[in-house]
Amino acid sequence: MGKDSDRESCPCGHSSGDHEPLNGAIGAGMTRRGFLASLGAGAAVAAAGSTLPVEAAPPIMKPEELSRITLRINDRTCQLLVEPRWSLLYVVREKLGLTGTKVGCERGECGACTVIIDGLPQYACMTLAVEAEGRDITTLEGLMHGEELGPAQQAFLEEDAFQCGYCTPGQIMAVEGLLRSNPEPSLEAIRAGVSGNLCRCGAYRNIFKAASRAAKLKRGKGEAS
Amino acid sequence: MTQEKDELYFVEGFSVPETPAAGEQPQPWKTTHIVGSKRPRVDAYERVSGSAIYPSDVTLPNMIYGVVLGCPYPNAKIKSVDISQAEKGPGVYAVIAGSTPHANIDWSYRGQGKTKLFDPHCRYEGDAVAAVAADTPYHAWDAAQAIKVEYEVLPFVVDQRTALEPKAPKVHEQGNVVGKPEVYQRGNVSQGFSEADVVLEQEYTTMSLLHTPMELHGAVAKWDGNLLTIWESTQGVFAIQSEMAQALKLPLSQVRVIGHYVGGGFGSKLQPGKHTACAAILARMTGRPVKIFLTREETYLSTGNRPATIMKLKAGVKKDGALTALQFIASGESGAYPAGGVSLLDFQIKELYTCPNVKCESTDVYVNAGPARPFRAPGHPPASFALEQMLDALAEAIKIDPVELRLKNIPTHSQSKEGNPPYTSTDFKKCLEEGAKVFGWKEKRAATKAKEGAHIKTGIGMAGGMWFIGGGWPPSTVIVKLYADGSANLNMGASDLGTGTKTVMAMIVAEELGLKPDKIRIDNADTGTTQFTRPSGGSKTVPSDGPATRAAAVHVKQQLLDMVAKDLKVKSEDLTIVGGKLQVKDSPDKSLKISQISDLKAQGVIVGVGRKKPNPPARAINPFCAQFCEVKVDTRTGEVEVTRFVSSNDSGRVMNRLTYDNQVYGGITMGIGFAMTEGRVLDGNQTGKLCNKNWHDYKLPTAMDVPTDITSIPVDPQDTEANSIGAKGLGEPVTIPTAAAIANAVYNATGVRVASTPMSTPQLCRLLAEAKKKG
Repeated sequence: MGKDSDRESCPCGHSSGDHEPLNGAIGAGMTRRGFLASLGAGAAVAAAGSTLPVEAAPPIMKPEELSRITLRINDRTCQLLVEPRWSLLYVVREKLGLTGTKVGCERGECGACTVIIDGLPQYACMTLAVEAEGRDITTLEGLMHGEELGPAQQAFLEEDAFQCGYCTPGQIMAVEGLLRSNPEPSLEAIRAGVSGNLCRCGAYRNIFKAASRAAKLKRGKGEAS
Repeated sequence: MTQEKDELYFVEGFSVPETPAAGEQPQPWKTTHIVGSKRPRVDAYERVSGSAIYPSDVTLPNMIYGVVLGCPYPNAKIKSVDISQAEKGPGVYAVIAGSTPHANIDWSYRGQGKTKLFDPHCRYEGDAVAAVAADTPYHAWDAAQAIKVEYEVLPFVVDQRTALEPKAPKVHEQGNVVGKPEVYQRGNVSQGFSEADVVLEQEYTTMSLLHTPMELHGAVAKWDGNLLTIWESTQGVFAIQSEMAQALKLPLSQVRVIGHYVGGGFGSKLQPGKHTACAAILARMTGRPVKIFLTREETYLSTGNRPATIMKLKAGVKKDGALTALQFIASGESGAYPAGGVSLLDFQIKELYTCPNVKCESTDVYVNAGPARPFRAPGHPPASFALEQMLDALAEAIKIDPVELRLKNIPTHSQSKEGNPPYTSTDFKKCLEEGAKVFGWKEKRAATKAKEGAHIKTGIGMAGGMWFIGGGWPPSTVIVKLYADGSANLNMGASDLGTGTKTVMAMIVAEELGLKPDKIRIDNADTGTTQFTRPSGGSKTVPSDGPATRAAAVHVKQQLLDMVAKDLKVKSEDLTIVGGKLQVKDSPDKSLKISQISDLKAQGVIVGVGRKKPNPPARAINPFCAQFCEVKVDTRTGEVEVTRFVSSNDSGRVMNRLTYDNQVYGGITMGIGFAMTEGRVLDGNQTGKLCNKNWHDYKLPTAMDVPTDITSIPVDPQDTEANSIGAKGLGEPVTIPTAAAIANAVYNATGVRVASTPMSTPQLCRLLAEAKKKG
């Protein structure tokens, strides 16, 4: 955590309004540019040069200085004091106790921390908490209806679409995000949709089946949107 | 009310298996109602809802976060460590290093290679130098970076070939060979080669692999006075308990280790790491719980690997397909401390095929890299990569089908174990035949041969395999509790890594008592509340803890029947349990509900205790398998697409068909990684450092890299001798032949033999170009 030198040397403290729309989506919505933007504007400008609009220099904050932010997670609003360098992943797990979102690599490689931000699956490890302000965030817990599993979760249960279960929340969020934009995905669309989520146990074949099953369950419940 | 509970907990009309008299072993199940069926996991809800608390999810009141500072060099002596700046950092509670009195403790690598927790000589990159605890992991990292360490950087060696050269830097003073080479011999290989019609020789190499389970390695440590509690992401809570008790000089009774869930391990979580000791020491110093979870990069350096191997295999065969001799000269890398660099590497060479003359010599080598740890089927997939490609080449040389060649050399007994004991069951033949049939081997082999011209070539390949144990091992103690209302608890020490252990055990209890599996509450993997067992690994959890679970359930039944016999004034052997009712066998109207039994009402609970019995003497127990696959190779780019897999497995009884098939898919997926993309790259020329310590550069198979067409064929023999449940273990065998099968398919497609893993695009491109040049 916090080991990434980019993150430490660039503690961007600007509010979310300074950013272009956060678009670090995996799967269908993934773009290089969005990916870089989610690293922080400094890194993106340095890497992409003139292809990005030049932004006004953000005020420099000390890493330890706390910002007050409001996050909207699973239809509830919470106010927090955060260091600008804290990832959304860290805040969600360690400060809010929503441990359904898992930590795998903290560098945008495995997808275990996938959450849905403004309708798109995104890596919470590559999103700063301050960047997530004002956005609509859904974590695994947000798919539950009380104690009842949501359709994607139910499908993963039925199809045995996991083994150790640690990548599973991320896989479920990737499938959930995919189905929100594509309610009847083909096998190839499903494969692409979860291609940003590693499963070391190798349950992919069942994950594909679960995604199809989830699509059916969602349609049955009239939840396809 | 009682009626409802019976319906709630019990399967209607279900008649349980015979209950043996006290002290007698239960008979093998003749028919099963629950075992063998397709059932979602009993803990699926927790895992998909997010309610499962994995060790990395644990947060405790007053908890702080630790990090371990690792040595950046592969070989260096520590001249000085200055922690004064770090201690002043914001939010910092404690900093420890070699000079800290509390932290000056011995550390051993599973009883071998005595060293210090913070050893003054770091023999691998990432070895622990210091550790910090702070209010947030960010502050802990800030402080770790403020620790000033002066190193004396020493020459290093990071590959076994160089390590065995006379002038190579020495990892340890005594040299770079770990102990003495392991030698095995039977018959006379020179004579065997002289009797052969064809003799082939080939060197195969496999790269070191990293386990990279999804959940990072780590622990939360908390003290209550002298009592230490550790939440650890582990495959074996009792292994962590004993090793931490030893390291911290505590009695076992004062160390409680909890690991209810674990996000994968594959062998890398069979033992504690230095992070566990650091968390315990920092927690004691600060009076607060301390959570240390390594970063992904750190796990690449210090939490084990599958050793790299170099294997020279020479084989002789007669024209009729009889193997005459096998000679296997191999070496493997333990890393910086003894860690089984060639562990079990020669097993299949000695065992899988009948061969009268065999010689194996395996040398374990020290290098300046993280020590190895067991990795799913240690030694077996690399050896399979050599042996099964060799068999393929021999078959071609004597012009017989590769499946035929294997079928001609199937042993009925162990060839290398003392006394050559027979296998309790071997359906290797059936694995080969059924697998070939379902795959359509003969037809496809003929069809792929005919295709020429196009730059995308299709090929098929196959390989056989076996795993070195199948019967499990004692000790394992399991407890089943039956409550007065007829509901039950299962209490077992084993971890469920994702293999479905909890579900299988619940199904065993359900089978014996007639209960619904999902109504059985399970407490597991907690040294404070469950009983000793070995760590989950080696495909021995089901064969070890399964029979113990069955014995515990049988023990419950024995007590229950005795109680009912008293109430109904009949002999207990005249009673049986049907749908939660205890009834006299020939007069079903004479019965009692569980809730009506007087002694049970008085006592409140029946505690059944079961233990794993020793394995049958003079028998070999092994699972066998065969895999068949199809690949498409783009001969212009060297890209390989694995399009189809069939795996036929003789792992004894199928316990749960749903989790069984999932294991098969997972083993193949991991095998594809070994075959195609994975390999630890150390910078041997300049720095000795690990170059690909992340998932971007060290590539695992993704959803795009696995075939959607995978078929699992359980060859389900009735093994009545292996153990009381007849299961032989599945997790390891399913990943053993995968890489070899792919290599053979690539050869079938291209005529190019790939003798080194990974069979990457650059390697294949080069080999194809060389083959083209040769014409």
